[in-house]
Order: sequence, then structure tokens, then C-alpha cells
Amino acid sequence: MTKARALTGVGAVLTAPLRLVARAIDPPMRIWQRLAGQNGMALLFLAPNMLIFGIFVLVPLFINFLYSTTGGTAFFLADRPDVGLAHYQRLLDCRDYTAPRSCRDDMFWIAVWNTARFVFFQVGLMTLAALVTALILNRAIPGKGFWRAVFFFPVLLSPVVVGLIWQWILQRQGLANLMMVEVGLSPINWLTDRFWAFAAAVGVSVWAHMGFYTLILLAGLQAIPRDLYEAAEMDGTAPFRVFRRITLPLLMPNLLVVVVLALIRAVQIFDEAYVLTGGGPGTSTMFMTQYIYEIGFANLLRNPGLAAAASILMAGVLVVLTLIQLWLARRSAGAGAGGGRRP
Amino acid sequence: MRKLLATTAAMSALALGGAQAGDVRILWYSDGIEGEVMQDLLNRFMEENPDINVILDNVAYQVIMEQLPIQLAAGEGPDIARVTNIKEQAEHWLDLTPHLEDPEYWRDNFGAQLDWMRPDGTDIIPGFMTQLTLTGGFANATLFEQAGVEMPALDAHWSEWVEAARQVQESQQLEAAFSIDRSGHRITGPIISYGAELKSEDGRPAPLDEAAQAFITDLVGWTDDGAHMRDVWVSAAGTTYRAGADEFINANIAYYYSGSWQIANLAGKIGDTFDWIATGSPCGDAGCTGLPGGAALVGIRYTQNAEEVGKVMDFLGREDIVREFSERTLFLPAHRGVVEAGGLDFQTDDENAKAALESFVAASSSLMEQANAMPGWRYANAVYGGMVSRISQAMAGEMAVEDIFERIDSDIAEQVAAADSSN
Amino acid sequence: MIAFLTRRRGRHGDGRGWHWTDIATWVWLIAGLVVMFGPALWLVLSSFKTPAGLAEFPPTILPYAQETVAVGDQTRPLYRVTLEDGTVRELAELRRVGIVAQMVDPGAPEADPIAVNINDREPVRSISFATENYTEPFLHFDFFLFLRNSVFVTVMATIITLLTNSMAAFALSKYDFRGRNAVMLLIVATLMVPLSVILVPLYSVVAATGLLNSLWGVILPTVATPTGVFLLRQYMLTIPDELLEAARMDHASEWQIYWRIVLPLAAPALAVLAIFSVVWRWNDFLWPLVVLSRRELYTLQIGLNSYAGELNVQWHYILAMTVVAMIPVVLVFVFLQRFITAGIAGTGLK
Repeated sequence: MTKARALTGVGAVLTAPLRLVARAIDPPMRIWQRLAGQNGMALLFLAPNMLIFGIFVLVPLFINFLYSTTGGTAFFLADRPDVGLAHYQRLLDCRDYTAPRSCRDDMFWIAVWNTARFVFFQVGLMTLAALVTALILNRAIPGKGFWRAVFFFPVLLSPVVVGLIWQWILQRQGLANLMMVEVGLSPINWLTDRFWAFAAAVGVSVWAHMGFYTLILLAGLQAIPRDLYEAAEMDGTAPFRVFRRITLPLLMPNLLVVVVLALIRAVQIFDEAYVLTGGGPGTSTMFMTQYIYEIGFANLLRNPGLAAAASILMAGVLVVLTLIQLWLARRSAGAGAGGGRRP
Repeated sequence: MRKLLATTAAMSALALGGAQAGDVRILWYSDGIEGEVMQDLLNRFMEENPDINVILDNVAYQVIMEQLPIQLAAGEGPDIARVTNIKEQAEHWLDLTPHLEDPEYWRDNFGAQLDWMRPDGTDIIPGFMTQLTLTGGFANATLFEQAGVEMPALDAHWSEWVEAARQVQESQQLEAAFSIDRSGHRITGPIISYGAELKSEDGRPAPLDEAAQAFITDLVGWTDDGAHMRDVWVSAAGTTYRAGADEFINANIAYYYSGSWQIANLAGKIGDTFDWIATGSPCGDAGCTGLPGGAALVGIRYTQNAEEVGKVMDFLGREDIVREFSERTLFLPAHRGVVEAGGLDFQTDDENAKAALESFVAASSSLMEQANAMPGWRYANAVYGGMVSRISQAMAGEMAVEDIFERIDSDIAEQVAAADSSN
Repeated sequence: MIAFLTRRRGRHGDGRGWHWTDIATWVWLIAGLVVMFGPALWLVLSSFKTPAGLAEFPPTILPYAQETVAVGDQTRPLYRVTLEDGTVRELAELRRVGIVAQMVDPGAPEADPIAVNINDREPVRSISFATENYTEPFLHFDFFLFLRNSVFVTVMATIITLLTNSMAAFALSKYDFRGRNAVMLLIVATLMVPLSVILVPLYSVVAATGLLNSLWGVILPTVATPTGVFLLRQYMLTIPDELLEAARMDHASEWQIYWRIVLPLAAPALAVLAIFSVVWRWNDFLWPLVVLSRRELYTLQIGLNSYAGELNVQWHYILAMTVVAMIPVVLVFVFLQRFITAGIAGTGLK
């Protein structure tokens, strides 16, 4: 504990008033614990978060569902005529779901397939890059703080600025092409070629968000007890084996967090791609959130009901995806996963 | 902690004390320096009327587009707002008539645009246009001269302009010959010039007729053969606005079709690099028109201080104030008296900009009737949006140009249906 | 000291020689420096460019401005001119008509002007920082008011986030009660709702709770982050239950267990969440935009976006203010990231 204290110096001063409050709260807490038991305590711990959560997340979500069953351009439910499931019917009206052109709302399905492709590549690449970076930052390298800042820095930028910088770099006469010509390569139409624009959207999004996930993984790596490694080293275990046998299993909870959060973030991709490629060329980088935004907000003759229906469909798919992920993680981690590791 | 509490207290005091009687809040956005000019004018107003406190909330345009409509729908909002979607939201505007000193003055001088901002079938005075915009072309005179290409006459056809620009492109090794902003509003002037009727008899959008299809086919053709700058349109999907101004500023194109609002931007960024002129709008078979538009300053119906709002508006609508505002911001005035008196002394050292402004002021009086009616048509935005997103798909090669017309018509019809079902 | 600086895995695991992982490490780090930091550094440099400099293709790396020279009582732009006889001279431009420029030697302004084709001249440029991008907004822009609002929102939201999220995560990871899985599911399920999508319903709710045009309206809806609960819970699962049991034996109350044992042990995850929370709240744009419509309540992000108009965006101001707004979060990060190392390994409690 002493080492942590010394490190936290300033932090201790800052949190001093909070600690005072915590101590003051203890007596009433004890009384409640005696009255309500452990389960009562659990509920008490949950209460503040769930209250705020309920009011500001669940209620709007429910209203959003009501939205999806009403039509017109009005903003408030009371002014909106009931249309039943018409919006869902419109979105799902397709002869062949894999061929957006055959659908009544072709843009929606173009956006769905673009998003699916994007999520697959972005989450995969980013998790890999974040894992490698975290492993490297966890090594004994000089200037740790500096290197962490380097990889974290892009996270501090607002998505609009991220999109803008990369647009300047990747545009026809941008910095990237300038350098490519400099070293004797021919310039590439980064933002107006279907393949490259998609690659750019994936790459820039990895660039912008990788720092977050690196940090989560780093916190996980730091929590792995050092003596496990020392033991492995004494046994002369090969580094790759150490990674597979010790690091990876113990990092599983954090990796799961990373993949789940990354997946969710990727599905919601909007600002940086919107500024970078605007959904183009054609519609090749138009993603779900842009579709929803354009339908629900960007146009004055908006259709919030349709946008709400699209968002509900999107959330539905995501819930299923996340559940599958969690289930897979639990199964692969075996029976002990729920309780965590016990060194 | 104590400091935090003190801040909290200060905050809540601020929040509560926000809406005092006699306060007038103006929600305003800026493309350039107009926010500062407006603040300056308002300071002068407050000196003349010490009992009225005017607060200018200078915000991102996004606030005007996305947040204000929600506020208005909830029956809230500022007292005055500068808005661009003036027709669709007309039901929320305040009738200033009883609060103005001389409503006749307003009808005389701002009458031409009042229909753009009042609900159909009423004769209220909701406000006035802070600026009139007009679409039109700009040519890089220096590039034309270097290429030895004669600039087409003022009544030249679109194809002549494209042809001339293409000659410049070939001779000067340019990226492209010309560019039009990625915006449905921008191509509607040419489409009307080609002779299209966008409105059907019941006032709803008509399916694209032959003339409209002809211009769109031409434009996609020009893109395919490299005359029209592909990047501006292809580098976005949906209805996203993209301007080609940077291409023109960097002399990558010889001709640029945008509008009067670009003048200050061009003057600032081109400087002395080359000479440029405003060319007005090229012609089609039916005429040569640009599309008018602009931003309006309107009173909001839900204000508690209608009397004060009237006073502020009276001040800002005064002939000398409108004149000063236009001269300092390089905006085209929408005030009949100011336009007729002429001789606006636009405050710029840039000779190109001065000439361009005068040419736009002149062009604003020779518009086709269909073009003049667009800003007052509540379905205009649906038509603009429907066209843009499909045309750029055709340019990107995702759809054949013949196939997009059916999609444009059905996209617009869906939007109109959604809009109509709430009335 | 040198041993510390160059500590590597080494061929024998003792810091001597170069193992391939050492080389890979440094390749990755250097590449990261260029790819991750390069564009961001370029952003800072670009924030010193004039509007004309920002619109320039291809972009320059450093901000440049054309040099000028005094000719008579006027300042004139300076050009490097290739004359017909092939000599190169630096001349000042008096005026330009079409493609012909009248130029004069600034050393001999009385001489007859030379007519030069504009393709034969190139501006003489030198590095110049457009500091007015920074100073102008400070004059016309209530920077310190916006800063205060931003700090208030960020600090309050982060404290409340850490408290409520860690309490909820504690309950979800260390207690077995009915409905636990349902709550978890609810939290995970709502993780994915993009804010932009439920903006209108949210507005109705905030209006109904009377929080419009109040900084608390910005703070409260954002603090119950499902992400935070999820992150902390996954981390707390790794805290051994034996520790808690031992404390209960010593008659510690549940509140004390949470406060004295679980929180310190979760320090790395809390630090991560604190960093996230600060970054999120500091950069929040859409949400404050909906709640706040009065200038005196604006946060920095909203304030700097007032330079984004309909037809023109004043990027030079936005970039400059972005750089200024970035400084506090960078400092917070540098301060907080050290707590990540204070994990279980460092506490000696494992």
C-alpha cells in the first residue's frame, strides 16, 4: 500500500474530502446493512447508477421505440400519427437481403452491409494493434509515460478534427500523395477510390481509438502478478509459450471488454468517417449512423420515425451479437470465469 | 471542494437569472465576420435603448439546423433567430406587424422575400433577410488569358462554358475544367435554365421532366469525361454539402459554379494569386438564371418580449443599418431601398471582389420566375436532397444515369409523403 | 543508470545483447511515433496557418507566409524571378495585370519596372506563425467563461461517474443477488445506442426534469455510463474474493470493504475510467448542444464550434482553439496514467 500512496501524493490530497465523506457515510451504511442484509447492500450500491441510467437511458429508449411506430415530421410524440409497423415494413421490404438494389430502401441495406464489413475489419485490426502496443508498453522501456502519451494522443482529438487532419493528408493533393511522389510511387486516389476510401475509413478509425483500448489492456497486464512470470522464467519457458499460457488467459477479462466496447464503437462509427469520406465515393463508406442521421436530422423534411425504426433494428442486432460474444467468452474461459482468477 | 460548491452556486444563479424581462436573445451563426458586425450594431442599439438588453448567442450552424427545430417544436427557443430553413418552420415565426413602428416600410422594402418566410396564405411580417444569396459562376480570368481562350459571353449556354473551360484545362494541364458545389440547391438554377418544371400542379414535386434529366445527364457526362471535377461530388454520400471552392482557389479548375456568399472567402484566400470574375449564371434553353436564397432574421412566436423584439427588429431593418451591415460583411442586401439607391461601398480592398459583388447585385434583378419561387416552396429541400445523393452515385459509377431518375422520384415521393402525413 | 535506460529482455533475459523482441519493440515504437504523433503534431503546426495557407494544395508541413519588402512607403510582396537571360533575382511586385507582373528591384526602386510573366516568378516565403488565430478568439470569444464551464462539467461528471459506476460494478461483481444477470444484460444492451439516434427523446426527458439550460443537465445524463460499469466490473472480477472474506471476518462493514479494499485495488481500472471520463466529457459536443442554448453556459467545444457556419467554416480559429482546449486533457492524462501502474502488483497485497 505504501508504494501506491507515495505515487498518489497529489491524488491523496485531492481525494481527501471524498474520504472524509466516505467515513461519515459509514455509520448509516452499517445500520442499513443490519436491516437489509447483504442483498440490500447490493441494491443500495446499484441504486444511484441505475436511477440515473433509468431516467436518462431507458426512458428515452422506450420513447424511441414509440417513435418508430409513428409517422410524420413532428418531433413530439403527441403530434405524431400512429403508423404501426409501416417503417419496419419499409426497411425490411427486400427481394434479396444481400443485394441492396433489390430493396425498397436500398440506402438502408447498403449502409447495413458497409457497417458489417467495417466492423469486421476495424475491430479485428484494432484489437490486434492495441494488444501489441499494450504488450510493448508493458515492457521495461525508457520513457514509459512518454510512449503511452504518444499512442494515446489521438484519443484526445475530437472526431471532427481527426477526420479533417486525415482528409488533408489523404486528399488528391494531400501530404500522403506528396510523399509517395517524392519516393517515386504513383499517387493514389485515397478518398475517391472504393477500395482505398474504405481502407482509409478503417485505418483512421483504428488510429483514432486504438489508444483507449491499449490503455484498458495495459491496466490488465499490470494486474498480472509478476511472480507468475518469474516462475515461468525460472522454468525456462519460451516467451511465446509464456504469452499463450499466462498472459493471454489472464488478460481475457480485459480482452473481452476491449472487443465488446470496440464492436459497439465500430457499429456507431460516424463523425470521423463522415468528415473524412462523407460516405463516398458513391455510397461505399456510408454507414448505419450516417443513414440514420440523414433520415432523421439532416433533412428538413425529416422522417424521425424511420430513423428510430432503423436504430431499433440496429440495436437489436447488436444485443444479439454481444450476447453471443459474452456467451462464447464464458464458455471458453470455463467454469471459473465468473469468479475471476485466483493466483 | 468549497471552491467547487461556490462555482456550483454561481452557475445555478446564472441559470436562474438568465431570462430577465427586457432581455432579447438572438440565436445567430456566422460564416465569417458577420457575428462581430452584428454585435457592434447591437451595442449601438443598446446605447440608444438602455432598457433593453440584447444578447447575441453566436452558435454553430449545426445548432440552427438541429437543435432549434426541437426547441421550436417544444414551444421554446430564443426571441430572434437567424435561420436558413425559413419556409418549413414558418409556423413558429412571430408576426411583427403590431410591434413595428411602420409595417408599411417593411412591406415596401422587404416585401419581395416575405413570402419565403410566412406560412402559405398569410400576410404576416416575420422578419427580414440579413443577406440575399444568389448562385452564380466564377471564372479564373488569368488562366483563361494564359490559355488564350476567349471567355464566353454573358448569355452563353452551359455547354459553351464547359467547352471553353475544357480548352483552358487542356492548355494549362488542369485537374478539371470546372466544378459545381455538391448541393441540390446549386444545380437547381441550371436545371431551371434548361427549362425544367419541378413543381406539379398541386404544388408537390413533379417527377423529373426531360429538361431536368437532360442537365443531370450532361453533368454526369461531363464528370465521366473529366471536365467536371469528380472529387467534389464523389467524395461524399447522401445529402452532405461539399464546396469546390478550394479547387478554384488553388487554380485547379478554370470555372466554378457556386454563389455570391463565396466572394469574401475567395477574396481572402486567393489574394493576388490570380484575377477572377463573377460571370452570372450560364444559360440553358429556357433562360439564364441563378437561384436566390439566403438567411433570414425572424422573431420567434414563443417570445415573452414581443415589444422589445419589435424594437430590435425595427433598428436592424433601418435603411442605414442594413446598408452598413451589407457593406461591412460583403453580403448582398435584401432591402429594396438600399438596392435601388445603389452605390454600396463594400469594404474590401480587393478589386475582384468589388466587381463580383456588383455583378451579383445586378444579376439579382433578372431571375427566372421559377427560380424566384424556389425559396418559398416547402418541398424544395426534399427535391435538392433527392437529386444530390443519386447523382453522385451515378458519378461514382454505382448506377447508370438512366437508372437514377426513378430512384430520385421515389426518394422525393417518400419524403413528401412523410411530411404530408403530419398535417 | 545506463543499465536502467537500456533495460531490455536481452538474448539471455539478463539485459545483454539484443533479443528479436527488443528490435520489434523499437520498430513498433518509432513507427508509432511517426504515425500516431505525426498527424497530431501537424495539426498543431497547421493551427498557425492563415486561412489561405490552410486552403493550399498540396499542404505545407510548416506554416509559411510570403515575405514582403518596403518599396517607397508601401510594402510589396517579394518574388524570386527567372529573367529572360536566365538569371534569378529577388524582385518586389508593384502590380499585376492579367498574366504580366510589373516588378522592381527593392534595392533600386527608382529604376524602370520589369515586366515579368507570372509563370516565371515564385513567391519568396519564410516560416511565419499566424498567432492571430490564437489571439483573435481570445478577444471576441468568452474563452475563460467557456473554460470554467468545461472544467466544472468535466470535474463533476468524472467524480460522479467514478463513484456511481464503481458502486454498481462492485454490486454486480461481488454479490450474488436475484436479477443480477438481468441488470448486466440491460447495461450491455444499452451500451450500443448511439446518442445521435435518441436525441429527441432525450431532449424530452431533460426538458421534463427541468434540467434544460443548466450545467447539471449536461452532467447527470452522462454519468451512468454503461461502458464504465462494464469496464470496472470486468476488472473487479479479478479481485480475489478471499480478500473480502478476510475483511468480513474482521467485522468490516460492506461499505468499508468497498471503500477501503475494492476501490484501491481497482485503481488501474479507475484511472483508465477517469481518463476516459475526462476525455469524453471534455470533448462532448452533441449532448451539451442539445441542453445548453445560452452563451454563458457554453462549454469550450460548443464555443469553438461557433466558428462553423453554413457555407464556410473558419478552420484557422477552430484548429487554434482545439489545440488550446487539448492542453488540459493532456495534463490530466500525463498525471493519471501513472496510476495505471499502481495495480495489484504494486500494492504488495496479491
